[in-house]
Amino acid sequence: MKQLLTGNEAAAEAAIQAGCRYYYGYPITPQNELINYMSIRMPEVGGAFIQAESEIAAISMVHGSAAAGGRAMTSSSSPGISLKQEGISYLAGSELPCVMVNIQRGGPGLGDISASQADYFQAVKGGGHGDYHTVVLAPSSTQEMADLVYDAFDLADKYRNPVMILGDAQIGQLMEPVEFHKKPKKNLPAKSWALTGAEGRKKNVVKSFYPVKGQLEEFNAHLQKKYRTIEEHEVRYEAINTHKADVILVAYGTSARICKEVVKKSQQYKFRVGMVRPVTLWPFPKEIIRKVSERVECILTVEMSAGQMVEDVKLAVEGRCPVHFYGRTGGGVPTSLEIIKKIVEIVPDNRAANTLLQLAEVK
Amino acid sequence: MTEKIILAGFGGQGMMLLGKLLAQAAMADGKYVTYFPSYGTEVRGGTAVYYLIISNEEIFSPLIEEADTLIVMNQPSYQKYKDMLKPDGLLVLNSSMIKLNNLPDVKTYKIPATEIASKLGNVLVSNVVMLGAFLAIKKLFAAHLILDQLQAMLKGKKGNLFSLNKQALESGMQVIKNV
Amino acid sequence: MHAIYEKPQTFIDKATHFCPGCGHGIVLRLIAEILDAWGIRGKTIGLAPVGCAVLAYNYLDIDMCEAAHGRPPAVATGIKRVHPDHVVFAYQGDGDLAAIGTAEIIHAANRGENITFIFVNNAVYGMTSGQMAPTTLLRQKTVTTPSGRDPINSGHPIRVCELLAVLDGSSYLERVSLSSPENIRKTKKAIEKGFKTQMEKKGFSLIEILSPCPIYWRMDANEAMRYIDEEMTRTFPLGVVKDWEQKN
Repeated sequence: MKQLLTGNEAAAEAAIQAGCRYYYGYPITPQNELINYMSIRMPEVGGAFIQAESEIAAISMVHGSAAAGGRAMTSSSSPGISLKQEGISYLAGSELPCVMVNIQRGGPGLGDISASQADYFQAVKGGGHGDYHTVVLAPSSTQEMADLVYDAFDLADKYRNPVMILGDAQIGQLMEPVEFHKKPKKNLPAKSWALTGAEGRKKNVVKSFYPVKGQLEEFNAHLQKKYRTIEEHEVRYEAINTHKADVILVAYGTSARICKEVVKKSQQYKFRVGMVRPVTLWPFPKEIIRKVSERVECILTVEMSAGQMVEDVKLAVEGRCPVHFYGRTGGGVPTSLEIIKKIVEIVPDNRAANTLLQLAEVK
Repeated sequence: MTEKIILAGFGGQGMMLLGKLLAQAAMADGKYVTYFPSYGTEVRGGTAVYYLIISNEEIFSPLIEEADTLIVMNQPSYQKYKDMLKPDGLLVLNSSMIKLNNLPDVKTYKIPATEIASKLGNVLVSNVVMLGAFLAIKKLFAAHLILDQLQAMLKGKKGNLFSLNKQALESGMQVIKNV
Repeated sequence: MHAIYEKPQTFIDKATHFCPGCGHGIVLRLIAEILDAWGIRGKTIGLAPVGCAVLAYNYLDIDMCEAAHGRPPAVATGIKRVHPDHVVFAYQGDGDLAAIGTAEIIHAANRGENITFIFVNNAVYGMTSGQMAPTTLLRQKTVTTPSGRDPINSGHPIRVCELLAVLDGSSYLERVSLSSPENIRKTKKAIEKGFKTQMEKKGFSLIEILSPCPIYWRMDANEAMRYIDEEMTRTFPLGVVKDWEQKN
């Protein structure tokens, strides 16, 4: 049955249905619907809910429950996610599975409470100290939020790695019909490493400290090998009209919704716009972007930031075609008209530009 | 069919609920729906605006750059959002709280919602009066879909809130019939 | 032949990294003795801190978890929520518990977390080369208080047991020391009481242990023990601060 829910509520319910029984959080707008929902639902399913004293404490509680073998989750928005970076680094270094939701808001500092995508670097490049990655999933609808939260728990357990859901104020607060129909995967590895009390077996130690010379380098090599495996198997994206396009838009989350609108509007004209929507921001869908860069005039990356993902797009393109950028910051959300104008500005073909301009005027 | 609606009023005038009733009824009717609130830092009293899109097709951008309909409850909301209405759009305003010297050049319906709600005995149902009027103008779907939502929402609540809301909805619809 | 003194089974047979005269080895051994005697090794989970006792999991043969500096109370909370019937304890030093982790310990106590905290107070930061701790005594010289701790610039020593006693969520708080065999026996009793508090689900327990650090106190082991008795206990008086079994 379909329910009309916010993205925040959908994330919370999907987590419960995926078997998450340990949620720790600290209130911050615009993710409050998530923590509020959890405070009602966790007791109903016999799980643990704690409104922690801080974001740091919340992620540390996740650390404990994950180490003890539970499915644990926390959520926050940008300033709170900055606070959690210490814990995320420890979770990555201890190879602990968990899910974290970042409903991004404008920054830097206290910023504002409206939608933003300015935490991309923090999310995909590590965020805390040390050489590590979290898997980063970027939903662009309420339904996809629910679906990706299920997958996030499975990915976390499969790779013993923290997984981040990177949304924004709009994805978190947008109400759309959503259905919960997925079940967690069955054949996940047993958590033989978990802290359950060492009755009848050798002790388990969950740690990230390797003080003996050479051990830490060895451990890092192991982590990097795992990250390569994830890059090889877990890339996800949505490609629209990429085979017949002159310009390709690259965007995720809320920006991608608006870019889809641009693609739809452009269909009635001769000039062809396609798009690639990364669903995994790490691992980044380099291969598809490299492929399309070989056959299009140019690529336009659209973000609600001053230009972060565009760097990864450029790394994937490696100069095969021009890569342009259009972004809004500080809570601004790009409009389809703004994106069309930007396309007009960058396409080398005047005729095409004229068609698009016409399109813009019609609008 | 795609209907892009902006709902605005001051916090506490029930715009959130108005939009949610429409959204849930549209969902029950098998339509695609996006409903997005945008609020300031004020908890009560500031302008609250909601973006609702109802469509037979998949909705990509949930943002409204140009609205088909603007439903406004008070003067500041009207001033703030009137320019987002498209030239041939529909304006439904709460005439109890919005006094205009010059009517804008769009199809406009003036609904004395606060007044009607007060007469019904509870000013809080002025939002449902507006909803009734909008339904009667646009006929997006049958009124019983809204009543179903109201019934589900008010189940177990004290007093006869359902019948009050039903009266409010019908009064709003009646205003349009009498035009 | 009758054995009168044995290495506890739960205490791993290897040389520790602790400095000569350090108290950490004694405390870890006491914990191991209790786990052996009570037969609860298999249902106990420990938390190691950041600081001198960071490698506690190398010496105790039980499931253990690391935590970021100051976060053992929060990590322990997460573990305890998964295993409410296990014995969960956090082993923390003075910097970990009373400086960087102040918020975590206060809120764990305030929630009445049914966890036992072993708080080793040696009034100095040993692992990082002898800087001031939140519990450094007034006028005590450390690397970062070279003229002695001056309250005008560096504040006062924090009395953790007294601080936590005012919270309704704390159940058992006692300060003990390692300065003599008699005091070590009392310390063991206090740790036992902490575990008992937890096993009977009576809530938050913390045992503050005054422990010698001769290296960074710049004295020999005997002087360090005297320093505990004659100087430290003047700021940190020994005894039960709060006990759920007594009407306070």
